[in-house]
Parts: sequence; structure tokens; C-alpha cells
Amino acid sequence: MDAIILQIMNGLDKGAAYALIALGLTLAFGTLGVVNFAHGALFMLGAFCAVTLQKLLTLETVKIDPTRTTPWGTPLEIRTPYVQDMLGDWGRVLIDYSVPVSILIAIPVMLLIGVALERGLIRFFYKRPHADQILVTFGLAIVLQEIVKQIFGANSIPQAAPAIASGSLAITDAIVYPYWRMVYLVFSLLVIGAVFAFLQLTTFGMVVRAGMQDRETVGLLGINVERRFTIVFGIAAIVAGLAGVMYTPIVPPDYHMGMDFLVLSFVVVVVGGMGSLPGAVLAGFLLGIVQSFASMNEIKSLIPGIDQIIIYLVAVVVLLVRPRGLMGRKGVMES
Amino acid sequence: MKPTTKLADLILLLCFAAAVAAGPVILAPIGAGYPDLLDKFVIYGIFAVGFNILFGLTGYLSFGHAAFLGVGSYAAVWSFKLISMDLLPAVLASVVLSGLLALVIGFVSLRRSGIYFSILTLAFAQMCYNMAYSVLTPITNGETGLRVLRDDPRVLDAALGRTGFTPSLAGLEMTGWTGYYVSGAILVIAFAISIAIFRSPFGMTLRAIKSNQKRMGYTGYNTRPFLLTAFVISGMYAGLAGSLLAATDPLAGAERMQWTASGEVVLMTILGGAGTLLGPVLGTGLIKYFENIFSAYNAHQLDVTFSFLPDGVREWVVHGLGLFVGEGWALTLGLLFMGVVIFLPGGIMEGIMRLGRLKRTPIVKSLGDSPQRDVIGERAIDEMPPEDGSAPARKEAPKGETHAGEPQKPVKSSEMKAATS
Repeated sequence: MDAIILQIMNGLDKGAAYALIALGLTLAFGTLGVVNFAHGALFMLGAFCAVTLQKLLTLETVKIDPTRTTPWGTPLEIRTPYVQDMLGDWGRVLIDYSVPVSILIAIPVMLLIGVALERGLIRFFYKRPHADQILVTFGLAIVLQEIVKQIFGANSIPQAAPAIASGSLAITDAIVYPYWRMVYLVFSLLVIGAVFAFLQLTTFGMVVRAGMQDRETVGLLGINVERRFTIVFGIAAIVAGLAGVMYTPIVPPDYHMGMDFLVLSFVVVVVGGMGSLPGAVLAGFLLGIVQSFASMNEIKSLIPGIDQIIIYLVAVVVLLVRPRGLMGRKGVMES
Repeated sequence: MKPTTKLADLILLLCFAAAVAAGPVILAPIGAGYPDLLDKFVIYGIFAVGFNILFGLTGYLSFGHAAFLGVGSYAAVWSFKLISMDLLPAVLASVVLSGLLALVIGFVSLRRSGIYFSILTLAFAQMCYNMAYSVLTPITNGETGLRVLRDDPRVLDAALGRTGFTPSLAGLEMTGWTGYYVSGAILVIAFAISIAIFRSPFGMTLRAIKSNQKRMGYTGYNTRPFLLTAFVISGMYAGLAGSLLAATDPLAGAERMQWTASGEVVLMTILGGAGTLLGPVLGTGLIKYFENIFSAYNAHQLDVTFSFLPDGVREWVVHGLGLFVGEGWALTLGLLFMGVVIFLPGGIMEGIMRLGRLKRTPIVKSLGDSPQRDVIGERAIDEMPPEDGSAPARKEAPKGETHAGEPQKPVKSSEMKAATS
């Protein structure tokens, strides 16, 4: 029983990441009708927002203290980060909380990147075949990934969660759950909730939903749908970026983390039903949990290697049984 | 697609064969006249020609073709290990095995079209890749890669008393120039088969599926068997290429199956021109050539190359170009990918055709009985305000008229009628 609860909890935070990325993918797809293979790269860029902030915050001044020496006899170097110099204890707190603080940076940065991508590249591809969209965003993903690689190197850069959240919660002896994963789960639920609230409760969201249903009619009513869809693409980029920022303490970011997540997220979107936002979230959590069950030792000894392929197997089965996915609507992407 | 005669195809094939035969001489001036690189041209050429049969003819974009290449490689190495160092059983094993895999994957994936199909094939390829690294390690030897060992059984070789340790075809060792010519001959055969498929009623059906699958359904065609056949054929081509890769370098690793490898073959095909006969081979040559050159460069060589520039400028140039060469080749590849899709969706072949058209026929103003009638008619329709009244679409419209496919539609449909009746 303990093992089952533990696996469900483990699956939830991975599922939360899948759900966030799949949500962004679906948003972009549902509004613009564009299949965005660069979405994983946006996730990666978000993670590197956190890396950048941490690097900036930990820029150090080096003072040499001539009165004290190191055990090797050289004068002791005292390294203090600039922020700590300037802000004192607040600086230390800021460094400790660099990952959550990067959210504040990631939001405008990702919005800017998202809008720039949409206006600069993707809008030229509305009328092109889906194959072209896939190819151009695939190329874009490679480019973004390589740029990050040139700047930050090929190795992964570990990020620390704030000290207060770096421990684990021991519910029982067998169930030990890191605080940060809990934070991630709550955070992603908040983000998902915010996106849904934005779409359901605001006028802007109402127009967007109407546009997703019937773009032409909304356009005929004299509403500039395009501009709203551009902003929605920006929001999708923010969602992916935030998922990346908060994921950094769980898995150290490297330049190809986006690609690894992207393939899975596409599977998630397909399982959930292309174009269905609740479907994407549901399928994300579901597949996260399924995957974490499959990586239990008992199951792995029964069917070796199942943890590597379970998601794909589930996707194949779902597509064969319910070709539109769990919550897919009729008529989406069926030309 | 202009109606072509058998003679024209034969000439094309002969020219192609001559070009492959003379490859070492033709390509020597640009520094590509050595067997290792030419082998790559030829082998990946086979891969791309096969991919083109699926993507170019049917428009179904598979993102998982590297899986077949990888399976072909593994099958070939196992054949080298267990049966014989001869190429024939290896090729047979690879082609059959990857064909079977393609049959299974295609059967499932082809239940959906468009983006679903791409994602499904991608998922299957990732599944194969992950399995090669985990469950199937006894067969694939995981990260180390599968290699041929001296004390492998090789039943057939042992029975015939052969002791050779390099892959060979009936005594011809697959190394150096012999290796190139054996692979080259196979490429020519593969190309001939591809021409035959392009010209056959089967190929015409595939093209009809690309232009309008729904209408094909209305005319009573069950399209899926045709698609599945195309998928399996292109999977077999990939397996063939995989076995040749294993023959020139008897080591099979799972990284050949990674989805970036699938992306590369897509790029080769569209760079050259999807749906054209020669395009994929051209695209392969270009990509492999530039990959070879770009990834070999480093900062020092750039320094030497640009030594004629004044110091300050040179540093900047070297630094800037350094991003794109050596380790940065992938960045160049990504940019190339985007550039081709954005500016030249029809690939090099379309570029050539456009140049040819520019020279040959000036635009005819009247809508009378001129050869340009269809083009202008199409343009007149294109320039009308689009239905949804969106602004960018109108800007896009004039571009559409230059698409190679469009002006030829009427010919295509009549040809199709002729082929299907």
C-alpha cells in the first residue's frame, strides 16, 4: 500500500511537468493551429532563465585577507557574491531563493520570446501544410538548443532548491517525499488553474475560446483574433518556461532536456486528445503516474524494460481504441 | 509532372549511374573524392531515396525512419556474427527485418494521418531507441554498440572454410574503392526501382493520395494498403542503408536510431526536393559534404584561412564563424533546416526549375490559349481576397503561385485518370 501511494506521488510531479508542457502545446495548437516542435526548447529556455539568474546572483568579488592564510600558506581569499555585498542578508536570501525568484524574470522573458517567435516566424506558417510547420519548428528547436549549448556548455548545471524546501517529508517510514516535488506539484496546479481561469473567466479568454471554436465568425464580428492568438502563444511559452524554471532543482538542466520532454509531451497531447486542454492536463498526470508505476522494481522484474516504453505503449493502445484521444473533439486535425 | 517517356527515364538512370561511377573524379576537385565520404553519400542517398518514396509521393511525414536504419544495422551485424561475413545474407536479413518492423509500425501508425502519423512514428522510433538501450541490451549491446568479433561462430564461413574478417560481397571486400562501388551499384539499383515506382500506376495512386486523400476515398480506393506498401518499401530502403552502414563500419550503435537522425533524413529529402527523383540524392550529398567540411574546421584553421584580414577584424570573423563550425555544425544544420523550409519548400530541384522557367518563358499577359494559361488562371484565383479575410494570408498569396506543384495540377489529374482507368 505504501509503495502504491509513493508511486502515485512520484508520478504526480513528473505528470505535472508533462501536463504543463502539454497544456502549452495544446494552447498553441488550439488557437493558431500550429504544431510546435520547438515547445520543448521553450521549456529548456525557461530552465536556463533560472540558470542565468543563479549565475548572475553568484558573481563574486574576491578580497584577499592578508592576516589569515589558507592551510597551503597562501593568503586567504574571501569570496562574497556582489548581491550579498550590496544587500547584506537579503542578498543571501535572494541567492537561496534564486529558483523561485527566476519566475519573475522568466515570465517577461518567455512572453517576449513567445511573441517574437509567433510574429517573426510562426505566423508565416498558418497556411502551410502541417509537415512544413513541424519541420520549421524542429529546425528552430535545434537552433535554440545549440545556442544554449554554445553559451552554457554541454554539461548539466545543477540548481539548488531553497534551503527550506530541500529536505524531505517523511509521511511514514516508507513514504519519503521531497518538499520541492510537493512545491512543484502545487505550483503547476496553480499555473494550470490560472490558465483555465484566464480562459474561462475573463473577456479576453472568452474571445480566445470563441476563436478556437470558429475563428472566421469571431473575425467577422470585428475582433482582431490574430493579436489575441499571438498573446495566447506568448502565454503558452510562459507556461512552458515556468515548468522549466521550477523543474531545475529536480533534474539539472542541460541543453537537450527540452527534446527529451517534447517527444513525451506530444504523446501526452495525442493521448489527451489534440486540441483539448482538460485532456492534455488529465493525460499528463495519468501518464506520469503510469510511468512511475512501471518503474517499480516489482513490475520491472516482471516485464523488464517496461518503464522505458510504457508511455508509448499506452499511447498506441489509446489511439487504437479511441482514435481521438481521451477527450478529443470531433473534427480537430482530421483532414 | 510532365509526361515522361521510358527513354527519358532510361537516360536519367544511365546519367545517374555514370555520375556514381565517376563520383571519385567529379568530386575530387572539391575535396570529397575519397571513399569514406563517398560511401556516406551513397548510403545515406539510399536512405533518402527510400524516404522520398513515402514522404515525397504520399506526403506522409514519418519522423521515425531512423529506427529502420538502426534495425537494419543490427540485423546486418548479427548476420556478420552468426552466418557469414558475406554481404548478401546481411542485406537480406536487414531488409526483411526492417520491412517486418515497418509493417507493424506502419499498420498502427497509418490508422491516423497528418500530424498524428508523425507523432506516432516518432513515438515508435523513440520506443525502439529506448529499448535498444535497455531491455534489448543482450541483442544490441547497449551503449557500447554491437561489434563483430573474431571468435563469432559464422556458420556459413566455417562450413566453407573462409576466414576473411572484413565484410565482403562474393570475395570483394567492402573497403576503400571496392566498398564504394558495391554500395554505388546498390544505389543505382535502388534509384532504378524508385524510378519504376514513380512511373507506375502504384506511384500515381500514391501521388493522388497526397493531393486529395478524401477524393481518393470517394472514387472507391481503399488508400491504406497503398500507404502501407509505400511505408514498408521505404522502411526496407532504410534497412538496406543500415546494412551497408554496418558493412563499411561493422559496429552498430543505438544512436543511429535517435530522432535527430530521423530529422536528418527529412532534411536531406526536403533540401533536395521531396517528390522529385534526383532531389533526395542531391540533398544527401550536400548535407553530408558540408557536415564533413564544417565539423572538421576549428578555430585554428579559421585563423589560417582568414589570415589575410587585419588582426582585429580577423578575430571577430573567426569568433563569429567559430559558432557554426566544428561542434557548432548542428547549429548550422538547424539554420539550414529553417532556411530551406521557409524560403524553398520545394528544395533545390524546385529552385532549378524556377530558374529554368525564368529564362524560358516570359509571363504571357493574355489569358488566351497560351501555355501559361493555367498559371495565370491560378494566380487570378489566388489574388482574390481569402475567405477568412485575414491580412497576412493575402500577402502570402502571390507566393503560392510559384509553387511547383500548382500550375501542373490539371496535367496531373488527367494523367491520373489515364493511369487509373
